[in-house]
Amino acid sequence: MSDLINSSLRELSAALAAKKVSAVELATLFLDRVEKFNPALNAFITLDHEKTLAQARAADERLKVPKGTQSAGAGDPAISPLCGIPLAHKDIFCTKGWRTTCGSKILANFVSPYDANVVEKLAAAGMVTLGKLNMDEFAMGSSNETSYFGPVKNPWDVSCVPGGSSGGSAAAIAARLTPAATGTDTGGSIRQPAALCGLTGLKPTYGVVSRYGMIAFASSLDQGGPMAKSAEDCALLLSAMAGFDARDSTSLERPPEDYSRDLDQPLTGLRIGLPQEFFGAGMDADVRAAVETALAEYRKLGATTVEVRLPNSGLSVPAYYVIAPAEASSNLSRFDGVRYGHRAPEYADLAEMYSRTRAQGFGAEVKRRILIGAYVLSHGYYDAYYLQAQKIRRLIAADFVAAFKECDVIMGPTSPSVAFAFGAKSADPVQMYLSDIYTISTNLAGLPGMSLPCGFGNNDMPVGLQIIGNWFGEAKMLNVAHQYQKATDWHTRMPGGVK
Amino acid sequence: MNWEVVIGLETHAQLRTKSKIFSGSSIAFGAEPNVQASAVDIALPGVLPVLNREAVVCAIKFGLAVGAQIAPRSIFARKNYFYPDLPKGYQISQFEIPVVLGGGLTIRVGAGDTATEKFVHLTRAHLEEDAGKSLHEDFHGRTGIDLNRAGTPLLEIVTEPEMRSSAEAVAYAKALHALVQWIGICDGNMQEGSFRCDANVSVRPLGQKEFGTRREIKNLNSFRFMQQAIDFEVQWQINEIEEGRAIHQATVLFDPDSGETRSMRSKEDAHDYRYFPDPDLLPLEITADWIAQVKSGLPELPQAMKARFEADYGLSPYDAAILTGSRGMAEYFTAAVDVCNQPKLVANWVINEVRRSMSEGASDQEGEPLASEVRDGLPGRDVIRIPAGKLAKLISRITDATISNAGAKKVFIELWTGPDQEVDEVIERMGLKQITDTGAIEALVDEVLAANQKSVEEYRAGKEKAFNALVGQAMKATRGKANPQQVTDLLKKKLGA
Amino acid sequence: MSLNLEDVARIARLARIELSAAERETTRDQLNGILGFIEQLQAVDTAGIEPMAHAVDVVQRLRPDTVTETDRRADFQALAPETEAGLYLVPRVVE
Repeated sequence: MSDLINSSLRELSAALAAKKVSAVELATLFLDRVEKFNPALNAFITLDHEKTLAQARAADERLKVPKGTQSAGAGDPAISPLCGIPLAHKDIFCTKGWRTTCGSKILANFVSPYDANVVEKLAAAGMVTLGKLNMDEFAMGSSNETSYFGPVKNPWDVSCVPGGSSGGSAAAIAARLTPAATGTDTGGSIRQPAALCGLTGLKPTYGVVSRYGMIAFASSLDQGGPMAKSAEDCALLLSAMAGFDARDSTSLERPPEDYSRDLDQPLTGLRIGLPQEFFGAGMDADVRAAVETALAEYRKLGATTVEVRLPNSGLSVPAYYVIAPAEASSNLSRFDGVRYGHRAPEYADLAEMYSRTRAQGFGAEVKRRILIGAYVLSHGYYDAYYLQAQKIRRLIAADFVAAFKECDVIMGPTSPSVAFAFGAKSADPVQMYLSDIYTISTNLAGLPGMSLPCGFGNNDMPVGLQIIGNWFGEAKMLNVAHQYQKATDWHTRMPGGVK
Repeated sequence: MNWEVVIGLETHAQLRTKSKIFSGSSIAFGAEPNVQASAVDIALPGVLPVLNREAVVCAIKFGLAVGAQIAPRSIFARKNYFYPDLPKGYQISQFEIPVVLGGGLTIRVGAGDTATEKFVHLTRAHLEEDAGKSLHEDFHGRTGIDLNRAGTPLLEIVTEPEMRSSAEAVAYAKALHALVQWIGICDGNMQEGSFRCDANVSVRPLGQKEFGTRREIKNLNSFRFMQQAIDFEVQWQINEIEEGRAIHQATVLFDPDSGETRSMRSKEDAHDYRYFPDPDLLPLEITADWIAQVKSGLPELPQAMKARFEADYGLSPYDAAILTGSRGMAEYFTAAVDVCNQPKLVANWVINEVRRSMSEGASDQEGEPLASEVRDGLPGRDVIRIPAGKLAKLISRITDATISNAGAKKVFIELWTGPDQEVDEVIERMGLKQITDTGAIEALVDEVLAANQKSVEEYRAGKEKAFNALVGQAMKATRGKANPQQVTDLLKKKLGA
Repeated sequence: MSLNLEDVARIARLARIELSAAERETTRDQLNGILGFIEQLQAVDTAGIEPMAHAVDVVQRLRPDTVTETDRRADFQALAPETEAGLYLVPRVVE
């Protein structure tokens, strides 16, 4: 039974189908682990055993219908392979009847009256919600130190950060507190914590996963995606999460895809683009060594590597720190203490009610970004900052168009370093922002990207290999990652402290 | 010094859709507070806007009706400011690239045939969402917020600063009010706030090229208040300048009780709206095909119809303007003409009797008939109480000499005020049928001539007035039932004229 | 371009975030650090480049004009700090 914590989603699915385990037993197995290990990790911030077990019982009911058949009655859909498998949601996704905080005091008591599209879809597939996962406040952070609910610890070394902002998701999977989780990625928030915790995570092409019910940070960059142990798991999850949603104007009307379809394709002839800008001075030696070894493995698998140029990628972090705060400053205006959320207990008038509510409700990093955003949009500065950043955004996207003429996927490090110690970068916002130097350009361009474990660096901490795909190249990326994971076992490693 | 008044108007027309501009909530007026405020309207975390197609159709119709350019690609922006009735902390509006650019309206200023025409150019019209309502009463010193109206689709229509008097401003507002109803994009209900105007007013010495500093009068919800507010504001500005004080740009409110305008409590950062393109909404594309399709569904527009009435029916520009003052009026007129084929008579009856009867019963603060309600049948508004077919029938009874003009007016009043009844029945019952029997009239004329020898002699001596007296006596003898023309002809014949 | 304390106060007022005098100083320093970092964008020649507002080049999808929402006032107002008679209450707004 306890070996199930290391099982792939396919293996769990098979065990459920063969009645070797029930959904209730599986949920209980993971909830017990949460109880045991979460106090040290702080990955989960909301649990509701009753709701979880009710969902698990419902999944068990559905699993009574034999797989792949239709019930004789009112046309039950064929059972999803994910039915009965537990997962946990980043607390940025609105979940009906569950507290949804976005890691912020301002929403500390907000019980969502509706489900996000992603939550709806995974529930429709029969997945069982274990709880809600800690995160950087409003997804603003790369270390999970900005959460109102306290930092998440990295299961590989609890003195280190798990990365962010989906740090709770990453830590929970790495510690085997859940087999899978949802995450969101605005500048690297799925990929960087996946790298720092030794996991596989995927940020889809912008518009592939609906943003409805995903609390907005920077609307033109935000994208939800799966986090799990392997590419194969991510492919299954993405197939259930993705798809057109009429309630999101930026959701793309595309036919549904089976993202597992190309997993087993050989990599012979694959052209891997290596941007010289990703292999420069900024990267730590241990990370470089692990990435180089991974590239050697790919060559063994039949791939060739080509040098490509992304000349404007150095501008991606400053451009991002104009665009994302600008959008965020406006997106976060709705948190005003009028209709929901925290309201300051004492105030003299309306203006003070607003400014105190927001001063008390938001943490330091969120306030900083709101202020930067308000400034770059304010009268007289819009052209110099916001418009200029949007023009540079186009240059960055154009670099990728050119690069993808010469390669099928781009590879490089996910993060310049392995997980760092708490407090190492939190004093200097700009140093923290540079943690996302390799991930941000894909968000600006709207491209899909993923991170997969490719070894260990300093202090035996995991290193992540980043794969950037062409627009809508998710199936290709997953194929490229899966073939590597068939040849290596980095993705199966588990931290010692949670055994 | 002589002063010139400069006025530009910004009008918010609430569009006649079923649902809100970015959510599927109803926009029906008068619901209990906040029951038409969905997750999107109250800006719950995570919700997103999706644009209502019909709101765009309304904007296209308007653009076509004012001869404007319709942008093939327009952008929704966020206008950021904090206010409790603005749930997102920003209003979604169009800023740099609006959906409608340019165009204009012909207005008529003054009354009767001395009225002058003027073309008022529009700067733009753009789509945006309305805010909710703040209620200041009855909550122990606190303000209550109702978000039912939040997200209601609006078309904001902006003129160039081309109006030079309150009369021109009101004439423009009335023409626009009629037009938006004519093309069916707005119900025009000013009491319910469906059509609200802001007036930018400034003054400058006559002959000066530069504009003076303007003040914006907000939320004028009747034509009478608009006139009063602008007149007060203009006089106030002139007084200020003449007494050596400068005008400062400000937003002011009109207080109908005092008849004065007063400055709103100003917020120092009120104008830094930090506009930027809304990342949740993509560019709005309007293809030529779509525009053509909307165009084919548009009714004949008032200016075209007015020209047609003048050319085909020989109506004066003044009469044609009145008849095309609203689509309801125009349709009523056309329907009556179609039945009796007497355009000039119908025009006279509609312009005089119908409009007078409507204004007597009108409840509009303006005292102006709102004829479009013939079509809408909205409750609580004034309607034309005689169907066009019956008016036509009545007119045909004049032309076929069944009744006199005076008799027809009596029938009209009975039809307007009484229950639903047939024209011929009323004529019969009221005994208004004219005597058409020539023999009977001839006998009466003979009696009148015999009894009024003095008048006969005076007429023969060349006094034209005496003839009129004889006609009057003859009509009196028939108790008004004879056809006056017939009586006149007979008298002339008998007198050998 | 660097911000002084008045700039910080103005921006904080725009964003409706109360800052104490001490917070204003640290905020000024941090914001200036960030602005110094994004300053490098100014050196880039972007003449003739179309700004990119969206990650994907598609146009707005349009919703049919139908009423799809029902009354959920009770659910929503259960979340509110202060309501009365179906209204959200706030400190008195003076116009």
